[in-house]
This record gives sequence, structure tokens and C-alpha cells, in this order.
Amino acid sequence: MGHIRVTGLGKAYKQYPTRWSRLAEWLIPFSPMRHRQHWVLQDVNFDIAPGEAVGIVGVNGAGKSTLLKMITGTTQPTCGQIRLEGRVAALLELGMGFHPDFTGRQNAVMAGQLLGMQVEDIAALMPDIERFAEIGEAIDHPVRTYSSGMQMRLAFSVATARRPDILIVDEALSVGDAYFQHKSFDRIRSFRKAGTTLLIVSHDRSAIQSICDSAILLEGGRMAMHDKPEAVMDYYNALLAEREGQTVRQETLAGGQVQTVSGTGEAGILSVRLLDERERAIDAAEVGQPVVLEVQVEIRQDIERLVLGFMIKDRLGQAMYGINTHRQNQALDDLRAGERVTYRFAFVMGLGKGNYSVALSLSRLDSHLDRNFEWRDYGLVFHVINNREEDFVGCAWLGARTSISRSSEPLVERAP
Amino acid sequence: MLLSLYRSLRSYRGFILGSVKREFQARYRNSLFGALWTVLNPLSMIVVYTVIFSHIMRARLPGVDDGMAYSVYLCAGLLTWGLFSEITLRCQNMFLENANLLKKISFPRICLPVIVLLNAAINFAIIIGLFLGFLLITGRWPGMALLALLPLLALQVLFCAGLGMILGVLNVFFRDVGQLFAICLQFWFWLTPIVYPLSILPEWVQRLLQLNPLTNLIGSYQNLFLYGQWPVWSSLLPILLIAVLLCVIGLRLFRQRVGEMVDEL
Repeated sequence: MGHIRVTGLGKAYKQYPTRWSRLAEWLIPFSPMRHRQHWVLQDVNFDIAPGEAVGIVGVNGAGKSTLLKMITGTTQPTCGQIRLEGRVAALLELGMGFHPDFTGRQNAVMAGQLLGMQVEDIAALMPDIERFAEIGEAIDHPVRTYSSGMQMRLAFSVATARRPDILIVDEALSVGDAYFQHKSFDRIRSFRKAGTTLLIVSHDRSAIQSICDSAILLEGGRMAMHDKPEAVMDYYNALLAEREGQTVRQETLAGGQVQTVSGTGEAGILSVRLLDERERAIDAAEVGQPVVLEVQVEIRQDIERLVLGFMIKDRLGQAMYGINTHRQNQALDDLRAGERVTYRFAFVMGLGKGNYSVALSLSRLDSHLDRNFEWRDYGLVFHVINNREEDFVGCAWLGARTSISRSSEPLVERAP
Repeated sequence: MLLSLYRSLRSYRGFILGSVKREFQARYRNSLFGALWTVLNPLSMIVVYTVIFSHIMRARLPGVDDGMAYSVYLCAGLLTWGLFSEITLRCQNMFLENANLLKKISFPRICLPVIVLLNAAINFAIIIGLFLGFLLITGRWPGMALLALLPLLALQVLFCAGLGMILGVLNVFFRDVGQLFAICLQFWFWLTPIVYPLSILPEWVQRLLQLNPLTNLIGSYQNLFLYGQWPVWSSLLPILLIAVLLCVIGLRLFRQRVGEMVDEL
């Protein structure tokens, strides 16, 4: 249960030169094909084991939605096969088919029926749906009086009332308030623990990296990559910045991480080091230790403006801290080819125990999307250890100074 | 193929029944008179036709000499024609109307025509019930021949469903079909002896009208309600054949194009 196998999947839309040519093709027997096939998705192959969570990323128009639609069965593939085992639930268009004049409860029943449930099943699930949606008495009011957030709560609650074997989630999930987002994400996580196979489309890096076992990158209707989420997301970020003449290159580092380097190359990073108080390069820092991140940059062509940014990411690829010289008002202007620039970022290591990596970017402005001279993931990998401070949990060291006061008079007199 | 269609219909019976109920409720949810409107609409039409044709134009049915008879004749034709036009018109728009649902949610598409048929059946049941009540009160109860109503209706629904399915699928790809059929329906109505009796026409026109498959069907209803006569079953053979043919073509067309349809919506 929960197995997804996609082989040789492709989708093409028919394009007819004129309105009449379709009629001609239908009516005239043995007539040649009069339409052109416009391929939006081609040659997609993957196999998802039960219980696995896979993210699908790609720019708009890469074919993500088409792929999901074919997997859920609303659109038929032009070629290839999809084999699904088990019950599929899709969170694609929440609230579709809600009728404004009917109450939330009636609409919930209808939505359940649209998923193929019988009235008795829905009646049994209703208390749970109500409890999860938390919209109170509004459940018995017409849906036209609902806010979009309330509709979304109800729709999500109905769609996930029963644990499916395969759950397909589109970005739709980012609707609703923060509280409900957390709640719905928790439900998805719990489904996953219980063995549901998960397919998620999202642009949210942290969502993909914190949930998914692997990720698929779609590019121009083809599968560009199927790998660990961090590697795919790094590559995807680099792709986003890709412009004419840029190269994207990935190398596997000794530690098994995949380093992605991309950019137009007018400037490049020569070295990245983490230094301790005595200017010695280190690969492990103590919590609370003052350190310096030193980056040497080589200018290969004249450029008018240069911004260096760095971001420290944890093992899961979540950003811990990132800053660039633009935001610090220290961007450099008018650089000549052949120049070398040394940046030193001094800070106190305020992170918790663990493994961290540093991603670096050289660009013209605040964002690397404008002109990307170089983008380098895993420019440096370091550890943080904790021998000095008390053993705390979490990824940020806040160094709480603790003072405790006790009231001098006990409330109840002790018996002598 | 039929078996798989039946199976998907069965597993989605909750959705189908729910939709029928909801559509019925939705129509009257915010109206004060509710289901009364289902009745008032054809009733007004019957009154208009009765007044104009029966009284002002002094039309009389051959062999029958009271004004009420014409009303019964008119109702027999008009109400069943209403069923025909409701099913075909709703069917031809069912995929377009539900475009959003079809594009976003995966469910057996065959549910849609079934929902249309059931809805039309409910509306028809209400109005034919009233009509039968009227016949009973005015002492024109057709008697045992009324049993023939069920096979006649079954035949008609088969015909409508086949035609509706073809129109529904074609209308997705060629929107002209909807416009064209609406016009055709106008001509078809007047080329069927509903408002006038067939016998007032010249011989050669009568023969021409025999080409219209609905002529004999509607005629059977009229004879049934007006004179309590059993239908001449052999005269209904052509429409039965056409109905079966339309259903086969409709189902084939549906099966072939149902996937492509979503791309066009």
C-alpha cells in the first residue's frame, strides 16, 4: 500500500491550426493528423516506496501541477503509466465544490461524497472533522459567510479525515493562519509516521527539507534531478539564478555532501576559512567562542558593484544566520580585474552543537537573482562543540543569565 | 465496459444522490415558494396555450367536443416534451458547467449524466403527479392504460440520454453545438404535434412528420391520457432503434473523449 510507480510518463496538449481542423480530423476517416502536440511533460520516471516522502520542485510552468493532476487522475497522460497502490487523497484545490448556500456541515458531507465516501462513513468522521477544523458554531452556517481561512480549515479537515495511503499536497497548504498551518503540518507528519506516502509540491525550502526523504526537480517538463532534498534544493536555487553564460556545477565533497557552484564568474571565491582568536584555521568551534569567517575573493573582470553574502545552514539545510555586505552597507564599488578582496566577518559562535555549512554568494545587489557572479553551497563545513557552557538543547545559544529569588516567608507555617 | 461504469456509479452513489438532493435544494433554497415554481412554470405555459388555441382560436380536437380535452391533449405533449428538452439541454452543458470540478477532482465522470437524469426525473415526477391528480378530479383517469406510461418514459429517457451524451461531449470540443441545438429544439417543438393535432395537417405533411421519431412517442402519450388507449408498440420501434443507436454512439464518444475533454475545459 502506498507505492507509486511512474514510468515513461508524458503529457501533450493538442494544438490545432484552426478551429475547423479538429472537426476535419474527427469526421474525415483515415485523414492525417492535423494537430501539433505540445509537450508539457516528457519521460518522467520514478518509483516511490511506501512511506517515503518526496518533494517536487521546479519553476512555474515546469510541469509540477500537470504531474500531480495526472497522478490524482484528473488529467489523463498522453503516454506512459502510473501505478498507485492504495487510497489517494489530494490536497490540491481545497474547498473546491463548496456550495456557498449550504452549511459547512452539508458541504463537508458533499466533499466527502466527492471523495467516494458514503454518508454513514462521513457521519462517523464528522465529530473528528468538526474538532479538527475548530470553526465552532459556524459549521452550521452557510459557507458564503465563511472567511477563506475558515473554508480552508474545513476543506483540509474533510480531505484528511481518514489517513490515506498516498497523500498529495500542493502549495495550497500555505493558506490559513499560522496556527492552523502548524496543525495541518503536524497532521501530515503524523500520517507520514503511520506509513502514508507523501508527495509534496512546494517552493518552501524548509518544508521540503524537513519532511522529504528525496526531491525531484522538474525543468522544462523533464526530470532534471532526483536526489537528496538538500542537493536538489541547492541545484534548484542555483538554477533560479541561472542566466546566460552561467554554469552550474556540482561536486561531491569528502563528507558525502554535494557542493553546488554556479555563477557567471566575473568574481570568484578563492578561499573560505574559519579562524579562532589566534588567527588559526579551525573546523570545530566552541559554543560562545569569538571566531572570524574569512573569505578571499578574486575579481576576474571589471565589475561596478560587489556584494558578498554568507549563510550558515544546519545539517538539514535550514538557515541559521545569513547576512550580506549590502545589508551592512559595505558593498564595494568599481572593482578592477585582478583585484583581491579579503572579507572578515567576526562574530561569537552562538549556535548549538552540531554540523553546519556555509553557503556564499557574490552578486551585484541584495539578492543573487539579479547578477550572480558566484554561488557556492558548502563553501565551508564546520562543527560546533560544547565543552565550555552548560549542556543546552536547540540550535541557538542564548546564554541565559539566571537569577532566582525565593520568598523568605513560607505561605503555610510548618508545624513545629 | 458497462460493468465498470456500473461499478463506479455504485461506489459513488453517495455523491450522486447527494448531488441530486443538493441541486434540488439549491434551486429553492432562497425562494419563498420553493418547489411551487417547478409547477408554476409549465402551468403558466399550459394556461397560455389553452387560452390562445382552445378558446381564442376555437381549436377543437376532432371527435371530442369539450375545451378541457384540449388542455389534456396539450399537457400530455407539453409535459413530456419538457422532460425531453430538460434532459438534452442539461446534458449538453453538464461538462461545461462542471468544468471546475472536472479539472480539479478525480471522480467517475459518468456520474454527471446520471445526476442530470435523476434531477429531471424528480421534476417530472412532481408535475406528472399533479397532472394525474387533475385527471382524477376531473374524471378523466385513463385507467389501466396508464401502465404503459412507464415503458414509454423509459424509452424516452433512453432516447434523451443518448442524444444528451453526444451533445454534451461534442459541446466541449465545438461550442457551436450548444447554440445550434437550442435553435434545432425550437423547430423540433413545432414539427412535433404537441400544440396542434397531427390530423389537422395535410396528408403529405403528416407523412413527413412521421420521420420525426418523437411524433409517435408524443402521440402515444396523447392517446394514453386523452382516450386511455394503449400505445401501438410497433409504431415505437423506430424510436427504440434510434435511442439504442444514440446510446451506443454516446457511450463510445464519451469513452474515447473523456480524457481529452479535461484538456479542453
